[in-house]
Amino acid sequence: MSTTDKHPGSNGSDVAGPTHGGPDDEYTPAQLAAMDRTQLDRLGARYDGVEILHVEPGPVPGSALEKQATRQVTMWFALGAVFAVAFLVVYAGSGWFLPDWEWEVGADSWSALFTPLLGLAMGLSLLCIGIGLVQYVKKLLPHETAVQDKHDGSHFDRVTTGASLMSGLDKSGLPRRKLLLGTLGVMGAAFGAMLIAPLGGLIKNPNTGNPLGTTSWAEGVRLLRDDGTPIRPGDQQPGSLETVFPAVEGGNRQADAATMLIRLRPEQQLSDEPREGQADFSYGDYVAYSKICTHAGCPVSLYEQETGRILCPCHQSQFLVTEGAKPVFGPATRALPQLPITVDDEGYFVARSDYIEAVGPTYWNRERI
Amino acid sequence: MATTTAAPGAPTSKIGQAALEVDDRLIVAGPLRRTLNKVFPDHWSFLLGEIALYSFVILLLSGTYLTFFYDATMQEVVYEGTYAPLRGVEMSAAYESTLGLSFDVRGGLLIRQIHHWAALLFVASIVIHLLRIFFTGAFRRPRETNWLIGVVLLVLALLMGVTGYSLPDDLLSGTGLRIISAIILSLPVIGTWAHWAVFNGDYVGTEIIGRFYIVHVLILPAIILALIAAHLLILVKQKHTQFPGAGRTEHNVVGNRLFPGFAVKATALLFIVFGLCAALGGLVQINPIWLWGPYNPAQVSAGSQPDWYIGFLDGSTRLFPAWDINLPGDYTIPALFWPTVVGAGLMFTVLALYPMIERKLTGDTAAHHLLQRPRDVPVRTSVGAMALTFYVILWISGGNDLIADKFDISLNAMTWFGRIGCLVLPPFAYWMTYRLCIGLQRHDREVLEHGIETGVIRRLPSGEFIEVHQPLGPVDEHGHGQLAYGGASVPKKMNQVGGARRAIKGFFKPVEEPAEVQRQAELEARGLESEQSDRQSITSGRPSEGGRPSEGGRPQAPRD
Repeated sequence: MSTTDKHPGSNGSDVAGPTHGGPDDEYTPAQLAAMDRTQLDRLGARYDGVEILHVEPGPVPGSALEKQATRQVTMWFALGAVFAVAFLVVYAGSGWFLPDWEWEVGADSWSALFTPLLGLAMGLSLLCIGIGLVQYVKKLLPHETAVQDKHDGSHFDRVTTGASLMSGLDKSGLPRRKLLLGTLGVMGAAFGAMLIAPLGGLIKNPNTGNPLGTTSWAEGVRLLRDDGTPIRPGDQQPGSLETVFPAVEGGNRQADAATMLIRLRPEQQLSDEPREGQADFSYGDYVAYSKICTHAGCPVSLYEQETGRILCPCHQSQFLVTEGAKPVFGPATRALPQLPITVDDEGYFVARSDYIEAVGPTYWNRERI
Repeated sequence: MATTTAAPGAPTSKIGQAALEVDDRLIVAGPLRRTLNKVFPDHWSFLLGEIALYSFVILLLSGTYLTFFYDATMQEVVYEGTYAPLRGVEMSAAYESTLGLSFDVRGGLLIRQIHHWAALLFVASIVIHLLRIFFTGAFRRPRETNWLIGVVLLVLALLMGVTGYSLPDDLLSGTGLRIISAIILSLPVIGTWAHWAVFNGDYVGTEIIGRFYIVHVLILPAIILALIAAHLLILVKQKHTQFPGAGRTEHNVVGNRLFPGFAVKATALLFIVFGLCAALGGLVQINPIWLWGPYNPAQVSAGSQPDWYIGFLDGSTRLFPAWDINLPGDYTIPALFWPTVVGAGLMFTVLALYPMIERKLTGDTAAHHLLQRPRDVPVRTSVGAMALTFYVILWISGGNDLIADKFDISLNAMTWFGRIGCLVLPPFAYWMTYRLCIGLQRHDREVLEHGIETGVIRRLPSGEFIEVHQPLGPVDEHGHGQLAYGGASVPKKMNQVGGARRAIKGFFKPVEEPAEVQRQAELEARGLESEQSDRQSITSGRPSEGGRPSEGGRPQAPRD
């Protein structure tokens, strides 16, 4: 409008097309200049399909009601600022003019209050600002009820857009050029396959060796406690349970090797019914079962020695120690595998072999390996 | 304004000239005005989706902060940080850095806890928002696409939760990871291959935390952001639904314009949601990983619970019977496969397809922009109540060990309660909800026909006592109301139709003149009568009803 064009090549024949947008032809600048803000606001709204039905004005300027509402809103915003400053003071002041914030064992002083105070200050600050805004809308702004029209799709748009799309397709001639079309399809498929092919790097063969079916247990491997000490048959009270690991490097961090060494009570030993072919897996009144649940792999940890049940805390499968750790309740389907044990020359517990079946959760081809 | 030099309408103020400069370049005045003028319906339940949006914003902000300090590797290190009880303990670098950002970073614990609380709120608000959409029928044509996007967002939010709470690599999350591993292994045919692909080998390996990390901070957030954008664009394009009421039709939206009312309210909600998360993050301890200790495959703590939104899957896993399926050729489909992969898959598939299922069954293919009250669609409402009951029983069963412990109930009894309950209680919930809906429908009609019970007892000349009823509209010669039910809520108390005068404002002392209020009320009432006659032209014959008492019509002289 008020710009000056100094481009040497411009020759006046290059005029702007009609403006897109508002109906500038119907409303001259002079007409618009004669209207006040409210009228212009409503005019624009009507142009956008919005009709203002009803305006409940806010409180009368200068009235007691307005003064009170303004005071309230101001108070909320001021509180928001106060709490924000409180946050800054606690955050920056700790270890400066306030006690140190770093946590100490048994300290129930400032360091224990640091995070709660930060959260309280930040939370209250944000809440006060939020409440202040709500109060502003409710008490100070006019309440307006407006209605806006909803439009359905236009037939004209559909027909013309459809024609543009289809004429493009016609021009391409693809529907007639069958060979080209077919090649495009093959190309697309090959291209897509090429793009995702590098994901093949994720794929590894789970069947090389038998990683799911084997553990570090082997003949002569000692049973160690978590702290690495070996166990003799006299070390445990009847009815007690000890978690043991294979005496190999990092054995106590392996995901599938954890084993429970349980000393049965005398009456349990009398009623003990091991699984078929596993009668000699125990050593005296000692039995050893895998600690990894056959359901979802959690460590089964809760041993109730009165009933001889082992409970998995994840999904409550229960295994009966005196019957070969077979599942007696819950979602587990298989007994906990039993580790065959004996004692070595020095009188410490050792494994006689690896588990004879896969430990841990069931999988598709478990029975085949 | 005395403008002498500029053309009429040309801006004279600095800000006006700046605005002109912007519009000369971008031509945004038109679109901006249309945006400012956009009308939003005013109902509290429409804010639920906004809460989800704002919690996501909080998650992005707090999560970005956490990445500055978190180290997503599983390399074993010895802890030497501030937290004395764990000094000298071997742990993964992931766990060590999470302890570090909790204890050695100023304010880090606050941000970590805000992040966790916001995550819980994110999923919760999505679920509540989904229930609102479901029970009011807002998913019907043309909004099926947005329903689908919403369900996908819910699933992604759950995946965000699972990948997120595995990252600290503490004892609790490690137990969860072990179960995830077992679930992947349980897939028929491809289970072991899938596990090897995800974990790069046997459980637990050294890769999984790093992989979950990139999924949690890049892949999933990117997809969620894109879907939220699509969700909102479609919402703006299709405009909001609204409850039936005075002047509301299938072809309009009645409410507030975006600017300034709605925009300020939405900003206020953002602050309130953020404030709640911050207060919770500071005051209410959540997931104290330093108490759980580092992950160790041989250890577990009793009463391990996932975050609330995974509880239903934990419950279904606990309840499902021990049914391995042994196929010829010694192949096995593990029992774990059904309640987790199939169960969750079915639940979300049915949920996603619900709009199509309902359209098929009811034959209703029309576009709907007016919402339904749940009581008016008893079958859908009852189906929803049935599904919800099923979900809640699974969810309760996810914590059945805690309930058994606290209330001294047998754990096995709790499991059997869940097993039987999840089959028996949903149909019962269906039946009960159906009866409730019908009862509520009948009461609406009753009030429309006979009026509101006023509580005023009158004695007739014959000696009979009757209760005076306030009709809601014109009545016929028998005193029966002529209004038809139009899908809007029917006022049932005298105060809802202006039976009580508006309270005088002021807490300690009145800030209004009582006489002035009285005068205004009379003016308003007179104005309303004339306004109502105008408004008839834009109603669809529905009873005039509104949120504000003053719009609901004044009480008429009671009739006998």
